[in-house]
Amino acid sequence: MKKLINNPEDVVRENLAGMAVAHPDIIKVHFEPNFIYRADAPIQDKVAIVSGSGSGHEPLYNGCVGYGMLDAACPGEVFTAPTPDQMLEAAKIVNSGSGVLYLVNNYSGDVMNYEMAAELAMSEGIRVLNIIIDDDVAVKDSLYTQGRRGVGTSVLAAKICGAAAEAKYDLKQIAELTRKVNLNGRSMGMALTSCITPQKGTPLFDLGDNEIEFGIGIHGEPGRERLPLKTADEITEMMALSIIEDSAYKRVLREWDEDKEEWTDIELIDPPLASGDSVLAFVNGMGGTPLPELYIVYRKLAEICEKKGLKIVRNLVGSYITSLEMQGCSITLLKMDDELIKLWDAPVNTVSFRWGM
Amino acid sequence: MLEKKQIIDWIDNFTAVIAEKKDYLTELDAAIGDADHGINMNRGFQKVSEKLPTVIDRDIGTILKTVSMTLISTVGGASGPLYGTFFLKASAVAAQKEELTPEELVQLLQAGLEGVMYRGKAQLEDKTMIDALSPAVDAFKQSLANNNSELEGLQKAVDAAEEGMKKTIPLIARKGRASYLGERSMGHQDPGATSSYLMLKTLLESVR
Repeated sequence: MKKLINNPEDVVRENLAGMAVAHPDIIKVHFEPNFIYRADAPIQDKVAIVSGSGSGHEPLYNGCVGYGMLDAACPGEVFTAPTPDQMLEAAKIVNSGSGVLYLVNNYSGDVMNYEMAAELAMSEGIRVLNIIIDDDVAVKDSLYTQGRRGVGTSVLAAKICGAAAEAKYDLKQIAELTRKVNLNGRSMGMALTSCITPQKGTPLFDLGDNEIEFGIGIHGEPGRERLPLKTADEITEMMALSIIEDSAYKRVLREWDEDKEEWTDIELIDPPLASGDSVLAFVNGMGGTPLPELYIVYRKLAEICEKKGLKIVRNLVGSYITSLEMQGCSITLLKMDDELIKLWDAPVNTVSFRWGM
Repeated sequence: MLEKKQIIDWIDNFTAVIAEKKDYLTELDAAIGDADHGINMNRGFQKVSEKLPTVIDRDIGTILKTVSMTLISTVGGASGPLYGTFFLKASAVAAQKEELTPEELVQLLQAGLEGVMYRGKAQLEDKTMIDALSPAVDAFKQSLANNNSELEGLQKAVDAAEEGMKKTIPLIARKGRASYLGERSMGHQDPGATSSYLMLKTLLESVR
């Protein structure tokens, strides 16, 4: 295994140090605990949005900090959820008094660390709500597993909810909007190769030359099934149909109840996609797949959506939520309405997302 | 009766055990998780061993709370909040105390276990730490109720934890990252149950 690094232990810190010197106009970096925050934080009268998961998914979340998106990102070790002190200190710096939304991916480590972070922040008088993203249709049931993982919809939620915060939605409204984005988003991913964490130095799973792993998450964990290699069109069709034909998905998530002042289980149900829906189509690279291959996938995806009566009103093609150097891709379809389109189109200025400015 | 010195020895010895078993725990995690359990636990306990000397003159509660806060801020992943919560809830039972009766030690472990169950939303046979901790606490309680000594009780607890750990092998994981594997998680011993067993085994060895 070859990697362009100095020491495995220094990867996260040196990445942050590089971003700090490259983009001082957009972000600042805080070390120990580690987090990236908007250079102009806190923004008066604006809800702050804080996210972050294990490192290794760049440009999510580090590249998503700035105007119109995240106020802070808390990177953990590679593929390891960040620790509560990171989210607590980040919240203290970016909170203007309008409250903080923790945008959390549904991995057990992330959920627990963000719950503890919220408890600590609230004990220091900061108003916090945690909203969970769980959009990965590869996970069938929530009864016997941790439930669906947070994948591609996280990127779209960060953009849309960040725009809502700029538009002065209050904390409850942003929490409601984030839930809506989550319920309207569905993703499916696949891998052609495994990825290699700097610490371990060898592939996280073995995949033969003629095999693909279908239904992966973003941490190199094995997926739903292992299949013989197929053409891009066949793979795209399998992924797209898994999303389009997914039925209503019911699960229970734990959220903070501000009135009762305790964690409360709430039941949420995703409505399935239906012919006539408008969607944002997101084709995401896992880190090691060249852009032309993603457009090959997009081309087929657009054809399938048309056939199924789904109108693609916006799209995103590129590697935004990655798994180190893994080859592979994911598809996310987010059902859109006028509110979501307006917020998606709103100006953004981060390291990795910049338009309308 | 358990003295403060033995609690400090327990933490010191467990730090050494984690360092020694780092690769073993990581290998177990590679099979059904993401290959970082040993690495993360070792990072946390190395930091604990740096912090421990600053609080050895304080009460057991403060010592365990320091262990907890250090783990919470350095381990990350799922183990950070789970082991952090275990020691946090345990520390509350030992607040202001310089020694623990056998009954208090059971309460301490019970409080830690309940904290882990709440935080992780896990039950017995979900293939987690609970599968080692829960039977251990039950066995310890039962042994004391039968008027056995603290050492005998702890030995029963460790035996139950070991059995519980081994029983995770055929289980299908229902919590954490291993749960995504479904039936493919069968045939592998849970890394969290393994580190929990090691924690109790080290406690026994530190008391003996």
